[in-house]
Amino acid sequence: MSQEAIRVLDEKCVGCRLCIKACPFGAITVGDDRIARIDLTRCTLCGACVQACKFEAIAMAEKKAGARDWSGYRDVWVFAEQDGGRIQSVTFELLGEGRKLADALGMKLCAVLLGHKVDGAAAELVRRGADRVYVVDRPELEHFQDESYAAVLTDLVRNLKPNVMLSGATAIGRSLVSRVAVATRAGLTADCTGLAIDPETKNLLQTRPAFGGNIMATIITPNTRPQMATVRHKVMKEAVPDENRRGEVIVKQVASELLKCRSKRLKMVPESGTVINIAEADIIVSGGRGIQKPENFAILHELAEAIGGGVGASRAAVDSNWIPYSHQVGQTGKTVCPKIYFACGISGQIQHLAGMSSSDTIVAINKDPDAPIFKVATYGIVGDALKIVPMLTAAFRKALNK
Amino acid sequence: MARITACRVRAYCVLYASFEAQKSAEDRNMHFVVCIKQVPDTTNVRIDPKTNTLMREGVASIVNPFDVYAIEEGIRLKEKHGGKVTVITMGPPQADAALREAISMGADAGILISDRAFAGSDTWATSYTLSMAIRKLGDATLIICGKQASDGDTAQVGPGIATHLDLPQITYVRKVEQLEANRIVAERLLETGYEVIESALPCLLTVVKEINLPRLPSLKGKMAAKKAQIPVWTAKDLGADPLQIGLDGSPTKVVKIFTPPVRGGGEMIGGEPEQAVARLVELLKDTVVAAAS
Repeated sequence: MSQEAIRVLDEKCVGCRLCIKACPFGAITVGDDRIARIDLTRCTLCGACVQACKFEAIAMAEKKAGARDWSGYRDVWVFAEQDGGRIQSVTFELLGEGRKLADALGMKLCAVLLGHKVDGAAAELVRRGADRVYVVDRPELEHFQDESYAAVLTDLVRNLKPNVMLSGATAIGRSLVSRVAVATRAGLTADCTGLAIDPETKNLLQTRPAFGGNIMATIITPNTRPQMATVRHKVMKEAVPDENRRGEVIVKQVASELLKCRSKRLKMVPESGTVINIAEADIIVSGGRGIQKPENFAILHELAEAIGGGVGASRAAVDSNWIPYSHQVGQTGKTVCPKIYFACGISGQIQHLAGMSSSDTIVAINKDPDAPIFKVATYGIVGDALKIVPMLTAAFRKALNK
Repeated sequence: MARITACRVRAYCVLYASFEAQKSAEDRNMHFVVCIKQVPDTTNVRIDPKTNTLMREGVASIVNPFDVYAIEEGIRLKEKHGGKVTVITMGPPQADAALREAISMGADAGILISDRAFAGSDTWATSYTLSMAIRKLGDATLIICGKQASDGDTAQVGPGIATHLDLPQITYVRKVEQLEANRIVAERLLETGYEVIESALPCLLTVVKEINLPRLPSLKGKMAAKKAQIPVWTAKDLGADPLQIGLDGSPTKVVKIFTPPVRGGGEMIGGEPEQAVARLVELLKDTVVAAAS
């Protein structure tokens, strides 16, 4: 190798160890010679140390990038996720955020809608701020299918060349856009919680949590277009519908070739009964080890019902088979971002916090006053969740006149 | 078979197809390729209470927790249908340990894809590199990945590999219902329920935790892991395009890393439980009403 991708300039390094603190991967050491050494087998070239160094002693090889002309890549696209013609709320959040980005770039905001008999949905996208809606309406696209959706979207991206493309960081969004990004040689950033346009370079600044939310990273796609990102649900504000908004609806024809799929959906089994999808819920009542047994989850369901929320759980509760996996919040479960999160009998392990710490308001109820959950809680009550929760249910019912 | 003549090729094809379908999977020599990643063990990561940064000193490396389910599923499918399980990883030389762990669980072989030229790979370059290794293996029936890695949480590499190889995919698999010589039926977990999906083989799966309960390594497995020869494949071995690997192959670039704003400890509501509950309801009532509307 001609030059290392990253290296310490020995003559500038003073051995201050700032870079060691900054490195998220524990790749830097300072030896007896008081010079920092980077273990390239651990380094991911994230650049955190370059920023942290006050002596400009760390040099990172820049990719050679001539000034590129991106004038052929126009508009901000939002992939409109729909199910049976009903647009998913994350799409409205993307339109809200996409509006700001489009305005900052002086470009149009476009929605891309794939499905069958989706005229109503297209009109809804215009009301929510889309200047233009590209519609591909084919019976084969009635349900999401990885291959055909990816092939059609890839084709649209290649032909119409958007500058930015956003999708929800949902199971479908991530499965789909990952394929499109690879096929179009585009950069893709997962699960963003912040988006902005760099006023100078016009690059999309994509901020996302990493390491279970313990560090944040801002990522750009400087040398390729489009710039693609999936966006975490419930973080951005929904675009407000406006009945008077006007926009174009453009129906695109696609080659039948693109609709071929080697996989097919045999059936869809919705989560049974009245269970609320917790990724969508504005209020979540979660239980952990402190709930002690499966029957006790009934008191959480009662509180959730009283205040219009869904029921979540910690890994401990799920692993004990007290409640199905689809309710698990945390790093190995779902990431949620409700208005209010009740953590009942949950100690607050780092993996659980990763899944819920961006909630607006966190209420912690736990017997142990030293439980880490109280460190992130907006309101905390020290006490037995099994006693406090039914009291809360009664008090809320009274206050809400139920 | 001798009866078949040129004019009956079509009939033969139909016959052959049904014959193929009836054949047990064993006859096809299933090759399960599991892609894994070595990650820092975040279960032992603690937060420095003063600086609110991760304390990473001495953090051990583990197999990405989601990939352990992928390894287990590969082994279970092999036990049921025959064939072999090959585990591959892209990483530094010490990622060898992750492969040995997979072998100790019951995987047949491990391949380490390692080269300094891979440094700085984002999900585009990583999925390209892994896809080149799978091409080199040549006969993968089913490629299994964890749904995402616990350090990056992107969930992009699995579908990326499928795209590079032009294969179908079933993501977020919670159960493999059927596996036959030419098809697989699996359940995909979505936010609102689950889908049952049928796919042709070869195919790529990403799996969620619900799919199985991973086994612990057996003594025999540990011995095998110790003795296993783990080949190292470099960029050259893969015939990888230098412009599509490592930093040069990665469209995305990290420009800033920072600690998220500290979520300050909030208000502890003391007093008798009745009072505390009343106060909490008072504080939250408006938000609850707003959320319901």
